[in-house]
Amino acid sequence: MMAAIGIQDFQELLAPIPASVQLKEGLALPPALDEYNLVRHLQALAGKNDDLEANLCFLGAGIYDHFRPTVIGALQSRGEFLTAYTPYQPEVSQGMLQAIYEYQSLICALTAMDLSNASMYDAATGLAEAGLMATSLTDRPEIVCSSAVNPHYREVIRTYAESTGYRLVEAPFHGLETDLDVLRSIVSDRTACVIAQQPNFFGALDDIREITEIAHRSGALSVISTDPISLGLLNPPGNYDVDIVVGEGQSLGSPMGFGGPLLGFFACKQRFVRSFPGRIVGATVDQQGRRGYTMTLRTREQDIRREKATSNICTNQALIALAATIYMCELGKNGLHGVAELCLQKAHYSERILSAIPGVTGMPAASKFFKEFVITVPGDPAELNRRLLKDKIVGGLPLGPYYPEMANSMLVCVTETKSRADIDRFAASLAEQIRA
Amino acid sequence: MSEPLIFEKSRTGRKGASLPECDVPAVAAVELLGADNIRKSLPLPEVSELDVVRHFTHLSQRNYSIDGGLYPLGSCTMKYNPKVNEKAASIPGFASLHPLQPVESVQGALAILYELQAMLTEICGMKMTTLQPSAGAHGELLAMMMVKAYHADRGESHRNIVVIPDAAHGTNPASAARCNFKVKGVPSNSRGLTDLDALDQALDQNVAAFMLTNPNTVGLFESDILQICERVHRSGGLVYCDGANMNAMLGITRPGDMGFDVMHFNLHKTFSTPHGGGGPGCGAVSVQDALAPYLPVPLVVKSGGGDSARYDFDFDRPKSIGKIHSFYGAFLLAVRAYTYIRSNGAEGMREIGENALLNANYVRARLADYFDVAYGNRTCMHEVVLSAQKQKQKNGVRALDISKRLMDFGFHPPTNYFPLIVPEALMIEPTETESKQTLDEFIAAMIQIAEECENDPDVVKSAPHNTVVSRLDETMAVKNLDLRYEPGRSDSE
Repeated sequence: MMAAIGIQDFQELLAPIPASVQLKEGLALPPALDEYNLVRHLQALAGKNDDLEANLCFLGAGIYDHFRPTVIGALQSRGEFLTAYTPYQPEVSQGMLQAIYEYQSLICALTAMDLSNASMYDAATGLAEAGLMATSLTDRPEIVCSSAVNPHYREVIRTYAESTGYRLVEAPFHGLETDLDVLRSIVSDRTACVIAQQPNFFGALDDIREITEIAHRSGALSVISTDPISLGLLNPPGNYDVDIVVGEGQSLGSPMGFGGPLLGFFACKQRFVRSFPGRIVGATVDQQGRRGYTMTLRTREQDIRREKATSNICTNQALIALAATIYMCELGKNGLHGVAELCLQKAHYSERILSAIPGVTGMPAASKFFKEFVITVPGDPAELNRRLLKDKIVGGLPLGPYYPEMANSMLVCVTETKSRADIDRFAASLAEQIRA
Repeated sequence: MSEPLIFEKSRTGRKGASLPECDVPAVAAVELLGADNIRKSLPLPEVSELDVVRHFTHLSQRNYSIDGGLYPLGSCTMKYNPKVNEKAASIPGFASLHPLQPVESVQGALAILYELQAMLTEICGMKMTTLQPSAGAHGELLAMMMVKAYHADRGESHRNIVVIPDAAHGTNPASAARCNFKVKGVPSNSRGLTDLDALDQALDQNVAAFMLTNPNTVGLFESDILQICERVHRSGGLVYCDGANMNAMLGITRPGDMGFDVMHFNLHKTFSTPHGGGGPGCGAVSVQDALAPYLPVPLVVKSGGGDSARYDFDFDRPKSIGKIHSFYGAFLLAVRAYTYIRSNGAEGMREIGENALLNANYVRARLADYFDVAYGNRTCMHEVVLSAQKQKQKNGVRALDISKRLMDFGFHPPTNYFPLIVPEALMIEPTETESKQTLDEFIAAMIQIAEECENDPDVVKSAPHNTVVSRLDETMAVKNLDLRYEPGRSDSE
C-alpha cells in the first residue's frame, strides 16, 4: 500500500503535523486486554453494582423498570439497524426510514398529536427545545415551568434558558398539584409557554386542561411532559388542546441503563410543521411510483440552514426510537392498556398498604395518581434506604434534596414488574426499619 | 416488493406480548382516576409477535449497514463495531441500574465513568472530561455555553462572535447561534486550510471563540494549527476543536498539545459505539483548566486508591453551567467506549490512527487518476475528498449520480456535497477496519463508474438500479407532506 501511495516510510504521512505536537511516546492508557479477560474484567466491575435484577427497585422519577419483551432486544440488535448511519441515502436505508415513519405514527397515536419528530436526546432536552421553540414563535422572553415538573428536567431547561438569554419562572405546587391560582397570576403577555407534567413528578394528575387554558388565555403555548406508559390509560394531551407534548421514551422497551441512552419524544400541532426541531421522515414515491420513505422538511436543519436552523440537533436516538416502535407494536392496543392498568392497580395497592404502616402517611385523599406516589416517613428516608438495601430493596427517592420542605418524604414507584409478594416484602421491610 | 406498514397488518384482537394477571385487589380505573381522565380509544396496531418479528426483520433487510459492507461515509467514521461492546452493555450489572440508586450501590458504574473520563482526557491531552452530552452537536452546544460563561465571568460579556471556517459542519454555526452568538465565517485558502490572514481580520475584541475541525473537513491537517491557536488566544478568544475527525489523531497527536481549549469527541464514531441508524451518540467534552469550572454537574470523582477507592458524583461546582442531560449521559455507550479502549490500549490506539491514515491515502492515490482530488493530490489524513467536477462538466454526471451508482456495486456511498467549499464533493473515509482487499473492490467500482461516466453516462445518472426503491421524489415528500399513518389514506393501502 505504501508503494501505491508513493512513500517509503509511514512517517511521511505525518508530515503535515507539526513535529512539536507529534507524540513521542505512547498514551498513558491501561494495557490492552484480550476479549476473554476483558469480559471478566467488565463482569467484575458490574459485580460491584447492586443491579435491579437481583434487587427490588421502587425508584422511578423519570426512569422506569418496565417489562421488556424479548423480541425487542432480538430485533433491535440486528446489525442492519445497529450499525447503520443516519439514513441520508434513502435507497439503501428504507428499513430504518420506514421504522422511523412508524415511530412517528405511533407517537402521534399515543399522544393524539398531529406531528412527531424522529426523536430527541431525552425528555429534559426535549422540554428545553420546546421552550426555545416557544420563545422564538411567540417572541416572548419567559418560560414558566411548574415546580411539579421533574426537577432533573427543570435543571436542564434552566441551563438552556440561561445560555440563550431567556428567563425560567417556576410556578409552585399545592397539595402535590400545580397551584393553578398562582399559575394564573404568573402567566402574562411575557410568557412564551407554560411547561407542566402529566402525571406530575409526584405521580399525581395535574389539571392540564386548565393549565393549557391559562397558557392560551395569555397567548402562550402549552407544553406537557408525559409518561408514555400512562397513555395506555390516560386521556392523551392532544385531547386537551396542548401545543407540544414531550416525554421520556425509555419506558418503551429500553433498559434503565443507569440513565442513558434515553429517548426524548416530541410531538406537536400541525401548524408548527416548519418550526419544530429535529429530523422527520415522510412518505413519497420512487421513479416507478413505488412507496418509499425519506427524511423531509430538511431546510429546517443545521446541515442546510446552518446558523438559521430551528435547532442544532443532528444525531438523535434512532435505535432507542426503534426499540420504542417495536415495544408499541408488540404490546399493541390491548397490551399497553394492560400494562397501564397493572401499574395503576399495583401502585394503588402499594400506597394503601404502605400508608397503613404506623408513622407513614400516603397521598392526600383527593389526589389521583398513576404509578408513583409520595409517602412521608418518620426519620430520614435516605437512611431508611441504606437499611432497606441490606434486604436487597432499593427504596423510593428521598425528596429532601429537591424540595427541602419534604425532607421526610419519598417518591415511590410501582410498575407491573412488582408482584404482590414483592410489594408486601417492601412494606414489611419498611415497617421493620421504621420500628428499629 | 415493499413492506406494508405495521398498521396495515393489524387485526382486531390480535396481540403480541403476554402480561401477568393482576395479583392485587383491583379497583376500577374510573374510580381511581375519574372518567374524564381516561382515554376513549388507543389507536395502536393489534399484531401477533410473529407479525412483529417478520415485519422488523423485513425492514432490517432493507437497510445497509457496516455489518453488511463498506460504509465509507466521510466525517462519520463508520468503522466496525466490535460485538463484545454489545455484550458489555447488556451485562445486567450495567443495563439494570437506576440512575438514582444510592452511590454505594453503583460503585462499578461510577468506576467506568471515572476511568473513561480519565482515558479521554489523556487521549486528547486536556485536563477534564464530561460524558454528559448526547451527541457531537450537544457537545458543541455545551462548549458554547461554557465559553459564554467563561467570558461573562471575566467581565467580557461583549464577546458575542464565534468565528467558523466556511468548510465547517453545519452543527458548528447552529450550536453557536443557539447560544446567541453571531457567526462570522472565514474562508479557506488555496490549500484547503484556514487562511491565516482572513483569520487575523476576523479576530477582534468581540470574538468569543474560533471553532475548528482538525483534521479539517477536507481531510487535511491544519498545519498552521500552532499559529492559529496562538492568534486566537492573543485576541482573547478560545479555540474549540470539533473532534468528529479524532480517529486520524489517535495516539499520534493531541488537540490539547496544539493549543485547543475545548473539544468534543464522538464516542459513536471514534470509539466504535454503534451509530444505531442515527443515534444514540455520546459527545463527550474535554477542557483545559480555563473552562474546567464551567463543566456541567455532576462529574464523577474518586477518592482513595486500590481496593479502598471510592467514587462519587460531584455536584458542588459553583461555576458549573448546570445540567444538560436528565442524568449522566449515555452510560451504556460509555460502557461500550470503555470496552473498546480497554481492548486496544495505547499501542492499539496508535495503530487505529495509523491504519486510518494509510487506508485513506491508499484510496486517494489509487483514484487520483480518475477523479479530481480537492486542493490537489496531497497527503490527506483519515479521509479524502474527491470532486466529480470533471465528470459533471464533461459528461453531465454529478456526485449524487456517482453515489447512487455505487449502491449497485454493493457499497454505501461516500458523503456527498460536503464540505460545501468543494464542488461536487465525494468525501471518502474508509476507516482502519477495512482490509486492502475490500478497499481494492471499492476502488475497482469507482474506476468502473469513472469509465461509465465517459462511455455510458446514462447508466450512472439513472442509478441505483438494484436497490429496493429507486430515487425518491423528494419534492413530492415536501409538497404532499405525509408524516404519519392515517387510516384510510389511499396511498398507504
